[in-house]
Amino acid sequence: MTPGSDSGTAVSLQVSGLAYAYPDGTQALFGVDLTITRGERVALLGPNGAGKTTLVMHLNGILTAGHGTVEVAGLPVRADTLREIRRRVGLVFQDPDDQLFMPTVREDVAFGPANLGVRGADLERRVTHALDRVGMLEAANRPPHHLSFGQRRRVAVATVLAMEPEILVLDEPSSNLDPASRRELAQILKNLDVTVLMVTHDLPYALELCERSLILSRGVIAADGATRSLLADDELLAAHRLELPYGFAPSAHPR
Amino acid sequence: MSAGHHHALYLPGDTPVHRLPPQCKLIAAMGFAVAVVATPREAWGAFGVDVLLLAVVAAVARIPPALVLRRMVVEVPFVLFAVAIPFIGLGERIEVLGVSLSLPGLWAAWNILAKATLGVVASILLAATTEPRMMLLGAERLRLPALLVQIAMFMLRYMSVILDQARRMRIARESRGFVARDIRQAPVLARSAGALFIRSYERGERVHLAMLSRGYTGQMPVIDDLPASWRQWSAAAVLPALALTTAVVARSLV
Repeated sequence: MTPGSDSGTAVSLQVSGLAYAYPDGTQALFGVDLTITRGERVALLGPNGAGKTTLVMHLNGILTAGHGTVEVAGLPVRADTLREIRRRVGLVFQDPDDQLFMPTVREDVAFGPANLGVRGADLERRVTHALDRVGMLEAANRPPHHLSFGQRRRVAVATVLAMEPEILVLDEPSSNLDPASRRELAQILKNLDVTVLMVTHDLPYALELCERSLILSRGVIAADGATRSLLADDELLAAHRLELPYGFAPSAHPR
Repeated sequence: MSAGHHHALYLPGDTPVHRLPPQCKLIAAMGFAVAVVATPREAWGAFGVDVLLLAVVAAVARIPPALVLRRMVVEVPFVLFAVAIPFIGLGERIEVLGVSLSLPGLWAAWNILAKATLGVVASILLAATTEPRMMLLGAERLRLPALLVQIAMFMLRYMSVILDQARRMRIARESRGFVARDIRQAPVLARSAGALFIRSYERGERVHLAMLSRGYTGQMPVIDDLPASWRQWSAAAVLPALALTTAVVARSLV
């Protein structure tokens, strides 16, 4: 296993030289390098069309690298490791209606671990624990389409937590949420003790939740550093089509 | 948008019929239908016994007769078809109130009506005492083709999502002054239907990705074991067994 960035701590995710072109020839990624150590919460920022979703699809092997490698806790993403990779990488999709496809919340949360062969009391325990962590335990027997959008997003997080992943990858977690649901989700994410990679263009949300940020722009990592200093750099943001909301000043928000 | 917390056909309750495992009830309803079909059409009494059997099931399940009668409306197309047969049928004819009717036609109509009605009532009772979700779990337990069961499961889950999308598209159309008056507006509606199909198809692809991400390998994992004891099986077997006995007795008498 390659050593971690500096302190020698365990590496959760290592992407090196990742390039990808879609079958129609559109090149989406031009050599992405990034390393995330265990326990970090990292935001992946970038404008629409920067290749964020394409990158995310590589992390659990839905797309396979044209060039370069992806390793999750030392295990490379390959056809023969997919099963274990998909256990280690928990992907939370942007639209919870895509993620929640089972008739009840409980069955949906059980789907992942059951695919891994967990059964009976063990399965029940995992489901209860995952729903409890997102505060949705009392909705266990309800059908997903009877929940509010914010509740569905939280259940979507639980479906992935139940698989006890090495790293949680969230695609636009704050999109379409009202301010209260947004705050509730932030609270939940802050209290999780897993590695998180959060893909977003919601810069205040990144500042609130993530110490470190990466900027993905035109298929490469254009910047990597403390979220606060990246967001304070107006020129950098402007160069990559990122904008803070009107009147928002990162310096006014102490951690 | 969503109509209550239960499916429209399901009548929540906690009776012995509700509590039976779904696979037992599915087999019982099917067995009953087969027994009814095997009953000779001349055996009037046997159909009376079958009606009585269903009435007992409805009473045990506390399904109000009015509800069953209301839902029998689904049978109307069959009834219309059956009513036409005595008029268009061939063979020996008899005069009823001055109208000439075919005798074999009358028998055929009665045969269709009686048997279809009994089958429809049995499925109404099944639907009223079994949640659609449980029905699918039962079907899965009975080893029905997994692909069909999964398709039905997704239909159950995404019906409201797709209807909601269709409703939003209609509102968006109407907000821009669209009114469907006559055939000339058909192309617009056809394009809307096409767009809805594409969107649903794309959603299907995204759902599939989400399933793959959580380790789906082509088979739905068994999450809830639905054990059925032999006592439950035999309780469920009472209805088809009695109907079958009735059919056998009727055959030997006719």
